[in-house]
Amino acid sequence: MKRVASLILVLLFAISCTKDNPEGPSPDDFDRKAILENWADNIIIPAFTDFSDKAEELKTKADVFTTNPDQQSLTELRSAWKTAYLSFQHVSMFEMGKAMDLRFRDNLNIYPTDTTEIQDNIQTGSYNLELPSLNDSQGFPALDYLLYGLGEETGEILTFYTAHQDAEAYKSYLTDLTNRIDWLTKQVLNDWTSGYRNEFVDNFGNGANASIDMMVNDYIFYYEKYLRAGKIGIPAGVFSGSSLNTHVEAYYSKDFSKALFNEALDASQNFFNGTHFESQQTGESLNSYLHFLQTMKEGTDLASLVNTQFEAVRTKADHLNANFALQVETDNNAMLSTYDELQKNVVLLKVDMLQALNINVDYVDADGD
Amino acid sequence: MTNFSLKAYVKTSSNAAPLAVFRVFFGLLMLISIIRFAANGWINKLYIQPDFFFSYYGFEWVRPLGDFTYILFVICGLSALFVSLGYQYRFSIITFFLSFTYIELMDKTTYLNHYYFISILSFLLIFLPAHAYFSIDALKNEHLRSQKVPAWTIDSVKLLIMMVYFYAGLAKLNSDWLIEAMPLQIWLPAKYSLPLLGDFLQQQWTHYAFSWAGAIYDLTIPFLLIMKRTRILAFVLVVIFHALTRVLFPIGMFPYIMIVNALIFFDAGLHNKILSFISRLLKISKQKFDNAKVYSFPSAWVKKASMGVITLFFVFQLLFPFRYLLYPGELFWNEEGFRFSWRVMLIEKAGYANFKVVNPDNGNRFYVDNTQFLTRFQEKQMSTQADFILEYAHYLEDHYTKQGLRNPKIYVESFVALNGRRSRPYINPDTDLTKIKPSLQHKTWILPFDDEIKGL
Repeated sequence: MKRVASLILVLLFAISCTKDNPEGPSPDDFDRKAILENWADNIIIPAFTDFSDKAEELKTKADVFTTNPDQQSLTELRSAWKTAYLSFQHVSMFEMGKAMDLRFRDNLNIYPTDTTEIQDNIQTGSYNLELPSLNDSQGFPALDYLLYGLGEETGEILTFYTAHQDAEAYKSYLTDLTNRIDWLTKQVLNDWTSGYRNEFVDNFGNGANASIDMMVNDYIFYYEKYLRAGKIGIPAGVFSGSSLNTHVEAYYSKDFSKALFNEALDASQNFFNGTHFESQQTGESLNSYLHFLQTMKEGTDLASLVNTQFEAVRTKADHLNANFALQVETDNNAMLSTYDELQKNVVLLKVDMLQALNINVDYVDADGD
Repeated sequence: MTNFSLKAYVKTSSNAAPLAVFRVFFGLLMLISIIRFAANGWINKLYIQPDFFFSYYGFEWVRPLGDFTYILFVICGLSALFVSLGYQYRFSIITFFLSFTYIELMDKTTYLNHYYFISILSFLLIFLPAHAYFSIDALKNEHLRSQKVPAWTIDSVKLLIMMVYFYAGLAKLNSDWLIEAMPLQIWLPAKYSLPLLGDFLQQQWTHYAFSWAGAIYDLTIPFLLIMKRTRILAFVLVVIFHALTRVLFPIGMFPYIMIVNALIFFDAGLHNKILSFISRLLKISKQKFDNAKVYSFPSAWVKKASMGVITLFFVFQLLFPFRYLLYPGELFWNEEGFRFSWRVMLIEKAGYANFKVVNPDNGNRFYVDNTQFLTRFQEKQMSTQADFILEYAHYLEDHYTKQGLRNPKIYVESFVALNGRRSRPYINPDTDLTKIKPSLQHKTWILPFDDEIKGL
């Protein structure tokens, strides 16, 4: 018995020793799982929770408005719409898991919205918002039209919900849209909190289907396509040759497009730096991961370059009019130069960062030759 | 003297079992590769879904065949099976060579040295009597059945394998690989999740150890395999090396193929044992093939022609990888003469190519959304290789001309990062790519690398 005990003691000692003095490289090994935990617990889930609250508030205010459509309930509804739309900018980039299954972003924010289709839906009263073909007649851009675009004056807009012969149809369409945003968001949030979070964090390996690879690919895709092109490039005519003022985000509310852009820019930079949602605190992130890899390669400090470039974008965007449509019409060059700054970060993120992180683009046999 | 011994060598015969074993396993592995490729959904993903395919210079006529592409893969897989069985061997190996090579030529996005190796190996096999022993053909045809084959037929397969290793080793003798441990220093840390190895792969000394060991392995393994005294050790090294590459890199079936290929270096005793085992398993009589006869080519001219073709084949293979010397500039940056030269895993490139289309009439310009035309994989390959960029620019020219834009000018703003260096401009942004014709000449519109990678 004594022998067994001493043997166990020796074994315990040996184990504790190996833990204290690891032969391997653990001390300077980077904990990639911590990045996923930080993303999930401090950024993604809090952002979805916040957005879900705002979406519910939007739904409530829409109910109040449709029950009693007047100046005050419209103002409150518009305010709830703005708050929710801003909050949405913090979740738009996380198109994975349930959000990907639902095509969350396409359902909530395809613009320009199709006003003819909206009118058709209201007239006929028969529409299935689940259909991908109706993505451009729902979500925030459709609400933008319903709350700001039906008429020139607020009074004129109100009549669509009061005196208009189809007032009931307008009201029920408005309710359907806000209900759907709320319902979709709850599904995504619920998925994150009831299992997907662990699935996401535990999938910390390396490969095209690993969480880090998927998230980074999604992040860059979002930056390139939705932030750079969608909010700035397309309205400025970068892809069409001539500017398209009607293609700005929140076109009908007029002075809101810049606020949305700035919010999305902040969200993008916060994600890069691992900044906790609505906090100054930071955690493990692409920034700290790059810092770890950079010291290994004794190269340039890529993470600082990316942050400097984010600041350069912000400086350019400061000079833009709150209403991007107006900006495009009056001085498109300012818009184009904002785009150029955004573009420079695409190179840093997509070329330098992807190389440094060795992110897999796709699962096929390839060996870099 | 040398003349005499060469003559004597050509007349030497050797037990046919190594060549037969090689044929059996080669065919089988190729069949598995084709099935794996199909099972991964890659036929559809790589050859059906894309709208546009990148061609090799001179092979623009080789395109995917729509739904018939599936048939092509079926043909390729069946011919591999027939090669393995040694059934209608010449016809099967020619069919395999043609169908496999056609598949590889359909889109150069998927270029891999391994695929090229399979292509030229199957080409070589066309001229070798790999069906003379332990095959359905030999079972049916007593005239063909031979227990021995000319020694040079087996040695030519060995020579090709040795050449691939040695050239791959030579290509590693450069400053990025040996002094910077690049690109392994980028690739290995990303494999953090591997059990046991994961932690070591974070260490810089591991990157250097792997780089140097890899270069020494490639340069010495041909000789360790050919020498009887070191053969067992060499085979153990082959297994370890390729098992490691299998774990570390997405290179599919290639490690298995190379491990099995290395068996050909062993004496016939081993191969006879393998064939006896298969015979027992399948209840075939191996004795039937053991007729002590030496294979003779159907006619003198077939023998001469085969030897001639094989000689030319090797002269070409030995010289072709050095064609890069004809081009100025940095090989890794320009990639002129890079492919088909056993430059395996030497570079990590990431790139970004932003195409600008200009209307010459009014100066209006816009940028192209690459995802509209290319898959992610194609875009990745395109953005780092100049010949891809040019071909894509011409495709865009056709596309926008069809849309009614007369004589559009197409420019590209592109950035490439090579082996951990910071990204820098790649193609001259002032070059109208529609004015450049595809050719094998030096591409003056690639911007200089502004750095030096020393070595071969």
